[in-house]
Amino acid sequence: MSRFQLPHLSLLEHEAIHILREAAAQCERVALLFSGGKDSIVLVRLAQKAFHPARPPFPLLHVDTGHNFPETLAFRDRLAATTGLRLIVRQVAETIAAGRAHEEKGPNPSRNALQTVTLLDAINELRLDACLGGARRDEEKARAKERIFSHRDEFGHWDPRRQRPEPWQLLNGRKAPGEHFRVFPLSNWTELDVWHYIARERLEVPAIYFAHSREVIARRGMLLACSPHVTPLDGETVSTRTVRCRTIGDMTCTGCVESHAASIDDIVREITAARTSERGGRADDQRSDTAMEDRKAAGYF
Amino acid sequence: MQSPDLLRLATAGSVDDGKSTLIGRLLHDSRAILDDQLATLERVTRQRGEEGLNLALLTDGLRAEREQGITIDVAHRYFATPRRRFIIADTPGHAQYTRNMVTGASTANVALILVDARQGVVEQTRRHAFIASLLRIPHLFLCVNKMDLVGWSEARFTEIVGDFTAFTTRLELPDVKFIPISALHGDNVATASAHLPWYGGGPLLYNLETLYIASDTNHVDPRLPIQGVIRPNGDAHHDFRGLSGRIAGGVFRIGDEVVALPSGLTSRITRILGPEGELTEAFSTMSVVVTLADDLDVSRGDLLAKPGNRPLVTQDLEAMVCWFADEPLDPSRPLLVRHTTRETKAVVKAVRYRFDINTLHRDPGAPTIRCNDIARLQLRVAQPLLADPYHRNRATGSFLLIEPFTGATLAAGMLV
Repeated sequence: MSRFQLPHLSLLEHEAIHILREAAAQCERVALLFSGGKDSIVLVRLAQKAFHPARPPFPLLHVDTGHNFPETLAFRDRLAATTGLRLIVRQVAETIAAGRAHEEKGPNPSRNALQTVTLLDAINELRLDACLGGARRDEEKARAKERIFSHRDEFGHWDPRRQRPEPWQLLNGRKAPGEHFRVFPLSNWTELDVWHYIARERLEVPAIYFAHSREVIARRGMLLACSPHVTPLDGETVSTRTVRCRTIGDMTCTGCVESHAASIDDIVREITAARTSERGGRADDQRSDTAMEDRKAAGYF
Repeated sequence: MQSPDLLRLATAGSVDDGKSTLIGRLLHDSRAILDDQLATLERVTRQRGEEGLNLALLTDGLRAEREQGITIDVAHRYFATPRRRFIIADTPGHAQYTRNMVTGASTANVALILVDARQGVVEQTRRHAFIASLLRIPHLFLCVNKMDLVGWSEARFTEIVGDFTAFTTRLELPDVKFIPISALHGDNVATASAHLPWYGGGPLLYNLETLYIASDTNHVDPRLPIQGVIRPNGDAHHDFRGLSGRIAGGVFRIGDEVVALPSGLTSRITRILGPEGELTEAFSTMSVVVTLADDLDVSRGDLLAKPGNRPLVTQDLEAMVCWFADEPLDPSRPLLVRHTTRETKAVVKAVRYRFDINTLHRDPGAPTIRCNDIARLQLRVAQPLLADPYHRNRATGSFLLIEPFTGATLAAGMLV
């Protein structure tokens, strides 16, 4: 590599910082969608760097489904405290109580689709014109097609057939009133890049990313963590296994993987050798072939 | 071990030339397709009543694409070898090819254009080569695919090379390589092929891994478009006033004398802050914050350069424009220009000509500029742009045309 070339992880870092600064400059009211997962943790670190030595000029917004791992919520509060960033939390339970969304029928209902309503309500209430998200194009085939500044109409909908061309590094944040953008600074990062960056920056992550002993239920090829929201159905049994979470979402849809990875380096080694994809363990993606596109079109993260 | 760098490649080709198969092959051979994705692919291929593996379903991620069996939009794919990380922008070959190829290929180091060895160079090949030259993509690989179907014939390969070269002598393509492959069978993609003893240029992947890209970026003309001013609250950084931006050309060092444009005031760089801390120098594509010795009036949209190496400061633009919008260009309507970090009003002064991408002829009498047309325009902007010709610098020579009310991106432009 010559003197004026950057290693790829640095290049991705410079690109993400550029995107964060453009979002802050072009949009008036911005929030960083914080889930407590690894991607949003990396996004917070990049935001800190983008505006250093000042503080990032936007708050964190968390949509709490009520089905989060308790470890994720504890981590979220700790991160908000240590970074000094304002944390705004909106509850799916309140959306349900207000009659704006209805719990799914059947045992162990998922609130995955419901949180879109809470998110769009929060965007309206806070009059946000940009939400920063940690989604990556390598995660999923519909996301592979999405822009960095991704336009949402007045209903919060994404229209994949009418996306704005995004040539060079020119990001267009103009919109009509009532519309907003989802901005994805990690678009070009892979799962492995995220972990390499966590290692390089020595970032703390929720404990459930590391191997631990847990009661799980095997369901539809996944190992779901046993909890008040996931209980054994007829014919299912609870077993104790050594597992970790590869992605963090709701307890109802995040499959654990059997693993002995006890450190970030172990995780990097495990993913380098992995033969299954990151979202292979997500029930929310497996509902249909275009599950992600359909949810995104409706305004999902 | 040295850290791998990053190569951006854009693929283009016409229908049925095996582009999806080639991408599937690259992803598969570099282990970027995982078991559950492969299983899903097999299942969905079967559901569709097709046999084997439909590798196009890897990149055709949208419902409408899968339903219609066509690629509508650019897809991004990622794979890595021990030497390099790769980002593939897979651009559809037929519908909206100009719009999609400009979107996908504008930042590419290399354009990979496929031809079917039986068909040879076709109209689409010429269009893609022209767009690659218009965008000044530094390297172009012409992959002659389906060599197995022409009996691995060196004569046929040489003929296609000759046809392509005859056409491209009229274009500006600084570095062209020709690579015979069979994507379906994996010949000369990741590994050399016993069927091609007459070919000595190395497999495609080897060429991608070893392509020299350090000189693709401008390291000559120092340009820093200002994204914002960073002024922390609190006593710890009481006097701190930093200018943030991503370097769009050249190198900046501590102590350098710089000129702020458009004001023309000069100062010296006192600090450079990068994502990993204080720096003594920073170069193109790095995101930095710089502080200056003097408190100049500099804000978003301005630009730092060197007193002896300045960009053009101009309100009158001559540009090649790719029109993206469904509605044709209406020269009487006001527009916005977004150029580096500056956005300003613009009007079309003249449509010089429409470029016929098939014949390479200029058509000065063209009445309207429509979606996917390429035209040369004269524009006038409200605030001066701090710009370089596109051939000198892709970052300071490119712009968007935007509809002021809807915010829609109407066109991409390159300054002549």
